[in-house]
Amino acid sequence: MSLHPSHFTAVLLFALFASVVFGITQRETPHRMFRYGLYCFAMFVGSAIVLSWLMYFIAR
Amino acid sequence: MATEQIKSAAQPKPQQGFVYLPLIVGWLVPGAGHFLLRKWGRGALLAASILGMFVLGLAMQGKLYSSAHEILEFLALAGDLGSGLLYIVSRALGLGADSVQVTTADWGTRFIVVAGLLNVIAAVDAHNLRTGRKA
Repeated sequence: MSLHPSHFTAVLLFALFASVVFGITQRETPHRMFRYGLYCFAMFVGSAIVLSWLMYFIAR
Repeated sequence: MATEQIKSAAQPKPQQGFVYLPLIVGWLVPGAGHFLLRKWGRGALLAASILGMFVLGLAMQGKLYSSAHEILEFLALAGDLGSGLLYIVSRALGLGADSVQVTTADWGTRFIVVAGLLNVIAAVDAHNLRTGRKA
């Protein structure tokens, strides 16, 4: 099996898996775990998008 | 009074037994530390995430480190070892690329390393649950 996702798909997969683990391990109640996982996911994806645009403008 | 004594005897004492068992089992098999503590939902989600990340890394032709010649390789090897039996079995089956050939393989290598690091975090969480440091 060989997988060749796009860079953005790889970012989404990475953010999803890491956020699930962070959410479960860093908070105590299910509600807070879910909220923290969602926050981590948004921060992972958001920072990747912001940094990508920064690099885009720096390269020009 | 008697009811209170029965209640306290029925509750599991956090420090009883070998407290490092969930840590070791959780490191060897992702999520197993939580299963041992009957945290089925958390364990299943952790297992799915860590296993998913590791398998996707392999599918992207990521590299499994077997030796280290410089500090970054040593850190990556330490991350890979965090996956426990997943790493050992994958090495035994000859899975994973020997060298990074394509861009996706580089991402796959990071996926494998991070899966190991996340597994260490999950194992430590199981230990904290076992000792009563976390609810």
